Amino acid sequence: MSYSAPNALIGGTTIGVVAVAALIGAVWTPYDPLAIDFMARLAPPGGAHWLGTDEFGRDVLSRLMAGASTSAWISLLTVILAVGAGTALGVFTGFVRGWVDRVLMTFNDALLAFPGILLALGLLAVFGANKYGIIFALGIAYTPSVARVVRGTVLSLREREFVEASRVMGNSEIYTMWRHILPNCIAPLTVLATSLFGWVLLAESALSFLGLGVPPPAPTWGNMLAASRAFIAQAAWLGIFPGLCISLTLLGINLLGDAVRDRLDPRMRGV
Amino acid sequence: MMANDTLLAVEGLTLEVARAGMQVVKGISFTVAPGELLGIVGESGSGKTMAARAAMRLEPPAVRRVGGSIRFEAHEITSMPPAELRRLRGARIGMVFQEPMTSLNPSMTVGRQLEEGLVLHRRDLSADARRRLVLDMLDRVGIAEPVAALSAYPHQFSGGMRQRIMLASVMLLRPALLIADEPTTALDAVIQREVLELMVDLTRDNGTAVLMISHDLSMVARYTDRVIVMQEGAIVEEGPTRDLLQHPRHPYTRKLLAAMPRRGPARDVNRASVPIVEVRDLVVQYSGRQGFLRRSAPKRALHGIRLHIDPGEVVALVGGSGSGKTTLGRAIAGMIQPSGGDILFSGRPIDGPRRGHWADYRLNCQMVFQDPYSSLDPRMKTGALVREALRLVPGMSGPERRARVAEVLDEVGLGGDFAERYPHELSGGQRQRVAIARAIVRRPAFVIADEPVSALDTTVRAQVLDLFAKLQQRHGFACLFISHDLGVVEQVADRVVVMQHGSIVEEGDRDAVFDAPRHAYTRQLLSAVPALEATPDGGVRLKWRFADEPLTIRETDRAEAERSARPRSELEAGLG
Amino acid sequence: MLRFAVTRILMAVPTLLIVAIAVFALIRLVPGDPASLMLGDLADATSLASLRHNLGLDRPLPVQFAIWFQNALSGDLGRSITSDQAVLPLVIERFWVSAKVVMAAVIFASLVAVPAGMIAAWRQNSALDVALVAVSTLLLSVPTFWLGLLLLLFFGLKLGWLPVVGYVSFSDDPWRALLYLIMPVMTLFLHEIGVLMRMARASALEVLRLDYITHARAKGLSESVVLWRHAFKNAFAPTWTLIGLMLGNLLGGIAVVETVFTIPGLGRLLVDSIFARDYPVIQGCMLFIAVIYVLVNLVVDLLYPMFDPRVTAE
Repeated sequence: MSYSAPNALIGGTTIGVVAVAALIGAVWTPYDPLAIDFMARLAPPGGAHWLGTDEFGRDVLSRLMAGASTSAWISLLTVILAVGAGTALGVFTGFVRGWVDRVLMTFNDALLAFPGILLALGLLAVFGANKYGIIFALGIAYTPSVARVVRGTVLSLREREFVEASRVMGNSEIYTMWRHILPNCIAPLTVLATSLFGWVLLAESALSFLGLGVPPPAPTWGNMLAASRAFIAQAAWLGIFPGLCISLTLLGINLLGDAVRDRLDPRMRGV
Repeated sequence: MMANDTLLAVEGLTLEVARAGMQVVKGISFTVAPGELLGIVGESGSGKTMAARAAMRLEPPAVRRVGGSIRFEAHEITSMPPAELRRLRGARIGMVFQEPMTSLNPSMTVGRQLEEGLVLHRRDLSADARRRLVLDMLDRVGIAEPVAALSAYPHQFSGGMRQRIMLASVMLLRPALLIADEPTTALDAVIQREVLELMVDLTRDNGTAVLMISHDLSMVARYTDRVIVMQEGAIVEEGPTRDLLQHPRHPYTRKLLAAMPRRGPARDVNRASVPIVEVRDLVVQYSGRQGFLRRSAPKRALHGIRLHIDPGEVVALVGGSGSGKTTLGRAIAGMIQPSGGDILFSGRPIDGPRRGHWADYRLNCQMVFQDPYSSLDPRMKTGALVREALRLVPGMSGPERRARVAEVLDEVGLGGDFAERYPHELSGGQRQRVAIARAIVRRPAFVIADEPVSALDTTVRAQVLDLFAKLQQRHGFACLFISHDLGVVEQVADRVVVMQHGSIVEEGDRDAVFDAPRHAYTRQLLSAVPALEATPDGGVRLKWRFADEPLTIRETDRAEAERSARPRSELEAGLG
Repeated sequence: MLRFAVTRILMAVPTLLIVAIAVFALIRLVPGDPASLMLGDLADATSLASLRHNLGLDRPLPVQFAIWFQNALSGDLGRSITSDQAVLPLVIERFWVSAKVVMAAVIFASLVAVPAGMIAAWRQNSALDVALVAVSTLLLSVPTFWLGLLLLLFFGLKLGWLPVVGYVSFSDDPWRALLYLIMPVMTLFLHEIGVLMRMARASALEVLRLDYITHARAKGLSESVVLWRHAFKNAFAPTWTLIGLMLGNLLGGIAVVETVFTIPGLGRLLVDSIFARDYPVIQGCMLFIAVIYVLVNLVVDLLYPMFDPRVTAE
């Protein structure tokens, strides 16, 4: 595909910038993101506060940076959880097949019958709205889709002739799985993990926006947006910058995802 | 300038892939006379398909015409306005495609697709008249129930039937020129012959000229008056079919002709007292699909097969798709659990009480698969792929293994740095060489080769077959060679086993089966491949055997479609 | 065809059953006594005891599930802790509010995005295609809650064309009801255009490569006939499935848009109930949305043969 190169470039750069901001934000921000300064309440962008301040006079840029590291960290852990659990489940069911597979997959498909975000909302009701609640809720909510993709890949790889060749050589099933099937799952998993990162980031922001995410005063892009609603008429920048951050990050992930997909797995294009 | 007896005149046609700037057709010129049957032959990458499609300006968007003219009747195609070109397409020039599975629209009924051309080009016809024409044509191409076919969808028909429908759709408009792009490549040999003969009959009746594009020289030779040979985008030779075959002038034509499989001298096979592999009353049965409502009846793929292969012998297993030959091969390879019967290795059952014997068989029975693009793990290098086969060989040290791998890769012509390459860096022929190397690196006593050359181009196929014969000669392994291509079988086999509908219908020494077949199905299969006789000029004379053998295997529309749609899923069921 | 339909319908049964089990189990995962969760912290001992008995809490889990499931089947999803309303009528009332927004957005988005995706694929790599792909990727990347805020800022506050937040029922004032719905619908519409256009383009690209398209051209058909008669139905099939999935996903995720525009829909009800720990309502919302999702996809699958008759063959 012709867009691949610019896609990778723009996507990679955007994600790179966000990642650096998140890394810096984890250790240093221009101001303390939690420091309240009523003298500087709702200061517009410019001057001492590049991106302005919020209703408590907290520096927006600092909060965005701190929020980036919170969001990135949550998304990363969630993706690792979902990909890890989903791969284990998918490989296992694709490997054993038979009735165990059928039972597990019927259950898995039934979980897929919940829209991802709905399942996450339900699980949040159980785990409680905090950082780890979100990670578990989203991680569990997205595990079924990963399991489905991995199992599908494993099953279709099993039909490929090189897997049959391995069997004809006399290799055990476990060896074949480890040596031939798993390495060939890496490409589709990479594609999936990339888009999953985007979904999770979006879901995390949405939950924070709803007030079900990381509880204030800790900043996340989502809860900054939520808080901005009340001041949208006086201080539009409060609503614009966090949203811009989310959108640019998602755009970067989407572009990068397209590039990765074009490169690794032409068949999954456009899915 | 165009003579009156020229229908299509292509001059200096040059096409290039727009992005890469690579020329795929390099200034070719040829003409087609009215009513003439002209063949264009070439291997993949010769540009034959692009050239033919350009004649209707149907080249894919990525391909650009950079020069040349194409005149059809009195019109210059290259500069024609689109609306005028559309009046020509279908009405005056028709096109038949290769892949019957994708050349008909899956979501439109056959009736609507057939009628479409008439609605467009024959405004004078009433709806009734159109329907009558369509029904007559469906009947003419051998569709059993034309009325029912009108409201059926393409997926309800077998490949051969779809190709007939395709032909019907094109010939309904009685074009002056029919472009047939590999029209039967995807079909079984017998059905291939049926469809081609139908095509020749239909076009002769209508005085339609045919431009037939194919990689299969013998097929083109059988039906055309004149042949053009293309190589890498250029025409290398052109002439009346018989002349060109018997007195080829260009080295590439000679190479193509030399690559056509032909019979070698019969070999003496040591008839041992104990066959290396023996199959007794083998039955493979698939349990029916388990649906929610009911379980369909079990299906038998093999009905009690008896077969033996002596040490050092090459036994060919031939038959059409659905004959059970692949299933038998897989069962012997131990990849499908048989429902009944025995498989013996050196006289002892492989699933007997001694598991050690099974391991011995596993070491000694290897397999070469059909598709070189799927049979090699894409994430492993050539050397590792071959070395993996030695992993389970007891008592071999690391250096011994490395030495053996290097030796075998050298033997298959992939010495040097080939060991460090990934499969995607190799051509189809090279991949198949790797697959062969992997199969023989253990020095097995028995190799099963499942259609090992059918995915390869003619000249590459010849090279791989030669290599295979050489290796077989040198290492003396016995071989079960599964193939649908009787030409290839004639070249490699000592003995031939013919299968149909899951049973063996004929078995015998190669010469006996090829020269004096007893079963009607064998004769039909043979009628599709020529016997070759070399001429002094490095050409060949083709002799068609049993050409008047009636083609009695008429497919019954729906049943056949069902059969041909199933093998893969049955395979799954069998492995589960 | 009949067999296909029956099989497909029967396949939904275990799914629905497991959905019910999952929703039931979810509440049992919450630490604490279900009865006091159901009645809230201020319940008195007698009503607790009677609810425990009604829920069968003194009996084994499967029996508890059976009781709950039987009640759910008969439409009894319990009563809200906070408002003491019956859950099912409450959920249905809020559902209609959300459904209007979601349906309108998806229908408009499909009408725009599917043709646009086809045209982009038809002229692959042209300037138009590149532009359409860029726009759809951009739209896809803007979260609805921010898009909503931007629209609100622009059309509501800056231009003052549309009412900023709130909801008016159609039965009260159809015209104002429509005005209040424009921005929420537009928000979802713009977002879904991005998703659908990419999908439509990708599947059209697949189809346009196939021989039957060339065959159609070789018959002399014009490009518009080739596109609409031959490519459209086949290319639309995967998008059709996506639309089904999208309806359900939107229903699950609409809470954010309802929050932006303060619409009393199902999503907002669910979120408010989570805040209020109103477990019967949480349970009711989740069960209802999941069941609707399964049913929508069932209908989508049953209509699928209209676009691709091959699926009815085994």
